[in-house]
Amino acid sequence: MIHKYRMNGLNIVLDVNSGAVHLVDDVVYDILDFYKEIPDEDIASKLADKYTAEAVAEGLEEIRELEKNKMLYSQDIFAEVIPKVENRNPVVKALCLHIAHDCNLKCKYCFAEEGEYHGKRELMSLEVGKKAIDFLIKNSGNRKNLEVDFFGGEPLMNFEVVKGIVEYARSIEKEAGKNFRFTITTNGILLNDDIMDYINKNMHNVVLSIDGRKEVNDRMRPRAGGQGTYDTIVPKFQKLADSRNQTDYYVRGTFTRYNLDFAKDVLHLADLGFKQISVEPVVTDDKEPYAIRQEDLPAIFDEYENLAMKILERRKNGQWFNFFHFMIDLTGGPCVVKRMVGCGSGTEYLAVTPTGDLYPCHQFVGMEQFKMGTVDSGVVKPEIRKAFEGCNVYTKPKCRECWARFYCSGGCVANSYNTHGDLITPYEIGCEMQRKRIECAIMIKACENNG
Amino acid sequence: MKHINTLNTLQNTVAKGGCGECQTVANQACEN
Repeated sequence: MIHKYRMNGLNIVLDVNSGAVHLVDDVVYDILDFYKEIPDEDIASKLADKYTAEAVAEGLEEIRELEKNKMLYSQDIFAEVIPKVENRNPVVKALCLHIAHDCNLKCKYCFAEEGEYHGKRELMSLEVGKKAIDFLIKNSGNRKNLEVDFFGGEPLMNFEVVKGIVEYARSIEKEAGKNFRFTITTNGILLNDDIMDYINKNMHNVVLSIDGRKEVNDRMRPRAGGQGTYDTIVPKFQKLADSRNQTDYYVRGTFTRYNLDFAKDVLHLADLGFKQISVEPVVTDDKEPYAIRQEDLPAIFDEYENLAMKILERRKNGQWFNFFHFMIDLTGGPCVVKRMVGCGSGTEYLAVTPTGDLYPCHQFVGMEQFKMGTVDSGVVKPEIRKAFEGCNVYTKPKCRECWARFYCSGGCVANSYNTHGDLITPYEIGCEMQRKRIECAIMIKACENNG
Repeated sequence: MKHINTLNTLQNTVAKGGCGECQTVANQACEN
């Protein structure tokens, strides 16, 4: 299977099963429309009005050479890897700790409903946090690298417990033979110098929530009283990003139907001095007026291309910044096993509520049918884990046929469930945007590689 | 090659793949 497309004057061909990316001239690009569809000897006559027979013969020879080297039309040999995935000992290596089911903002698109996750306002106790760390170590098998993400609601509303959990994990990690990585997500309202200093010393990554331009951010991310937040958080975020040398953080925003010109928000964040930027499409009930609709996709595709061109232009002028959804590693990246299974929600990655309940990931918290157990009992509903173990790009019929499957890993299971009520039917609007982003990401790499 | 420029040189990651030490996909680093 191959995928070919034109962007920014380049003819790009991706060989899906090997991951090889080729830049080709017009001759080869057009030959590929017929290759394997009709006999090779008929292709020259099909293209006789555009190319000489000699040029077509040369192109065909190069195509065959790459095919022989398993870099074009390579076979899908990965279905045989599935038992390797399914028979792995179930281990947990990452937890999302819902340190606070409470929030000081009232963001209109928040899936957690002001941080409460369809429940009541609660803060995690240090006792529950310690039990979560114990649960993680006990269930992590021989995995060395363990991850703990402090999430909410707003984690800074319970920051003393965050510090207590980090201290506890650090006190036992060596003896347990583990290596903890901590991350935290914040809306920034409560950030101060002491908290920034602590985050810089203890958090491998920090996510700072802001949507972009002031009017865009303040429309969707107001305080409970309706006042905007932009003026409060921007100077704090700038200070924190600079204090981390512009690495190991993201400013992270959401775009909605209200700002389909979201490239302006990305560039605004870059103009504020941020170098690590993510602005992502809202995923919400399709009845919401700000939800992304199928009819919005052409405008969104144009905007992603527009953004890709702006990124190239800025990088050429020494104004480099990184855009989360255009990151792609064509020369390394993870193994194919990882690419097949993705994030590991419900298996390797679980969410813990303030009272210690376990869920497949933060997006499932509050859906009682997905409660898997507690930090005391462990996983007592293995059938839920089994259902998530069965999610990979070969068990999802639409993914099996998709050229982008090894770059998106089958998409977000929570999005599937929220749109279709099952775990394996992808959220189509999300798929279409993802494919466009991958095309843009490969194009950027191709331009940078080609000087 | 005259007509094709290959930018990078997955099937070779099967044998040693699946250790699970990498971070919780298009750009993450292998930590095996």
